[in-house]
Amino acid sequence: MVGTSLVADAGSGAGAERPTPTKAATLTVSAKEDIAEGVVSLTLTHPGGARLPDWTPGSHIDVVLPGGAVRQYSLCGDRWDAYAYRVAVLREPAGRGGSAHVHDRLRPGDRVGVGGPRNHFPLVPSEKYLFIAGGIGITPLLPMMHQAELLGADWQLLYGGRTRSSMAFREELTAAYGERVHVVPQDELGLLDLAAWLGTPRPDTKVYCCGPAPLLAAVEAACVSWPPYALRVERFSAGAQTAPVRNTPFEVELRRTGHTVTVTPDISVLEAVRRAGADVLSSCEQGTCGTCLTTVLEGQPDHRDSVLADHERAANDCMFLCVSRSCGDRLVLDI
Amino acid sequence: MTEALERAVVPPVSDADPFAHEVLVEPEPLHQALREAGPVVYLSRYDVHALARYEQVHAALVDWQHFESGSGVGLANFRHEEPWRTPSLLLEADPPRHDAPRRVLREVLAPPALRRLRETWHTVAEELVDQVLAGGTEFDGFAALAEAFPLRAFPDAVGLGPDGREHLLPYGNMAFNAFGPRNDLVAADAHRVAELSVWVNAQCEREALSEDGFGRQIWDAADRGDLTHEQAPLVVRSLLTAGVDTTVHGLAACLYAFATHPEEWRRLRERPELARAAFEEAVRWQSPVQTFFRTATTDVAIAGTVIPADTKILMFLGAANRDPARWHDPDRFDLTRDPSGHVGFGMGLHQCIGQHVARLEAEALLTALARRVERMELTGTPHRHPNNTLRSWASLPLRVQPAA
Ligand code: FES
Repeated sequence: MVGTSLVADAGSGAGAERPTPTKAATLTVSAKEDIAEGVVSLTLTHPGGARLPDWTPGSHIDVVLPGGAVRQYSLCGDRWDAYAYRVAVLREPAGRGGSAHVHDRLRPGDRVGVGGPRNHFPLVPSEKYLFIAGGIGITPLLPMMHQAELLGADWQLLYGGRTRSSMAFREELTAAYGERVHVVPQDELGLLDLAAWLGTPRPDTKVYCCGPAPLLAAVEAACVSWPPYALRVERFSAGAQTAPVRNTPFEVELRRTGHTVTVTPDISVLEAVRRAGADVLSSCEQGTCGTCLTTVLEGQPDHRDSVLADHERAANDCMFLCVSRSCGDRLVLDI
Repeated sequence: MTEALERAVVPPVSDADPFAHEVLVEPEPLHQALREAGPVVYLSRYDVHALARYEQVHAALVDWQHFESGSGVGLANFRHEEPWRTPSLLLEADPPRHDAPRRVLREVLAPPALRRLRETWHTVAEELVDQVLAGGTEFDGFAALAEAFPLRAFPDAVGLGPDGREHLLPYGNMAFNAFGPRNDLVAADAHRVAELSVWVNAQCEREALSEDGFGRQIWDAADRGDLTHEQAPLVVRSLLTAGVDTTVHGLAACLYAFATHPEEWRRLRERPELARAAFEEAVRWQSPVQTFFRTATTDVAIAGTVIPADTKILMFLGAANRDPARWHDPDRFDLTRDPSGHVGFGMGLHQCIGQHVARLEAEALLTALARRVERMELTGTPHRHPNNTLRSWASLPLRVQPAA
């Protein structure tokens, strides 16, 4: 699931270098590593060495590639390291070019625009967990397993992939967690035996699954007789995050004062409206606290915050000025 | 460690007592002295390191990895001392235990979720202001407005039953005192701890909460498995502990500010949309929550001083909010300034989760007052109520001139 293209490459200028959306959210690729067949990991850090916004297991970030394409990748590093994000990217030959770009073109030292982190796949408290990963779907589950260990929960991982060599983090997981980890390469052992693992509902267990759509469907089918909410899947639905990120200036009209300002790619909407003399409060300036929430009267915001739920994003009636931007040429705000 | 210690800066030492009554009532002189003494000051009386400058307080607040909350955000170190009550799942917990309760409460109290309350609270505020003004133009602003408004609005929003609400403020007062040393303020409440705790805990149960409030939404989250059923009442308790006194004293700070700064009141009357900014500036200027502690998870260096692992750090939020290195003319209550970035609600992972609720309450009350009141002034000396953590009030004698 991670690395799946969710958003079509925006506009016709794919491949051309364009400025990234905001300065604040531009990170440096500080390391790139081959970690399995067809999988690279990227380490992203702040160009000025600053702390990055906090995240929780299951969170993803949006990565804006040159040309404006946006891809979502789950964070799979260590949240105790506040200075680096780590993601793993699968090359998808059938994809729209995002993963190929990461594999073939992105180099250490390059800058990328980053949105989020946001979490639609949070780890809820439980005594027992069954984690089921298909291929690169292992990434959001990695920090969850670490967390389950810290909490003293009982857990197991069922990890399927095409071949042993294509399964990222396989060796580390086995070394760290031993018998909790069940590695099932398809060419050796066939498909995951979901009937055996999920056939009998266990009310004390939460099932977390991330992987390709057919795996999610099979796990959902196998869990129908489980208690409601026992199964949690990562679902990057096309509807959730289709906002194209524009890298061109847009206009913001401040309805109450009557001013109109242009927001250029190098400044936030917050900065732009402040320059126009509007009093807007902010606090974290990272899209995590909600202080700068502003009512949107017209236009469609490109939400980059970590606070709003999907239905709140879809309503298009409010936005966080410190990080969010515009999908269209114009926004009208109630300030 | 040894190397770090060898090069370590020895911090200035102070034997001041930040929890002495006269300091709690008027903290600015100590704050100034601590800020000027250095980025880190060792408080010998309590064997803690203190931070009073904005830069260091902000840095410590966001760095949950090195400055943990799970050992208690008061003076007591839960690694060695028994807490007086089950620790809060939010305030007194670190990741990963902090994650699920925080997430659930954040969703319940997120700004979009509060929109449905907005109209109700504006109406409640208007009714209250009308009622107070109908009773005369001289009154105790603290009791009549700052206390009265949140007590009308907030418990209903949580879904509390009608009985026993008078326990809310004493409970909060006690809980916030308990973050300090075991001084006379703590002793004064000792005889009530059991009674108040029993009442508050009983309100956190599902059956005690109405169908449509924040409290029930927390239990619903537990039914969905987003929390455990053991966690749900403790998360409700966080709302009740942290959601009342802080707002009451924040509102009192607003009234005090406007009664002593008539030109700022005129500004607000002209532009009532400044109500939120006014509350924010009042929170910066009078910081209802003055202090919180953290515990160093490892030996951690701040501006060259090494703070040993497992020791307490006292952060002066109120002092940081008046640091002249961060704010121009910081002792001035000034509606034209941008108070963004103040640490009155904390910062980072533990930043006040109820801040949007407090802002909405303040907006409702200040807007209603701005419409009906031309001028307000003090008619006597306002009285503070010493509390180990809160900058709190006992009375605020006001005279108002109703708008024509
Ligand atoms: S300032 Fe915190 S979300 Fe914008």
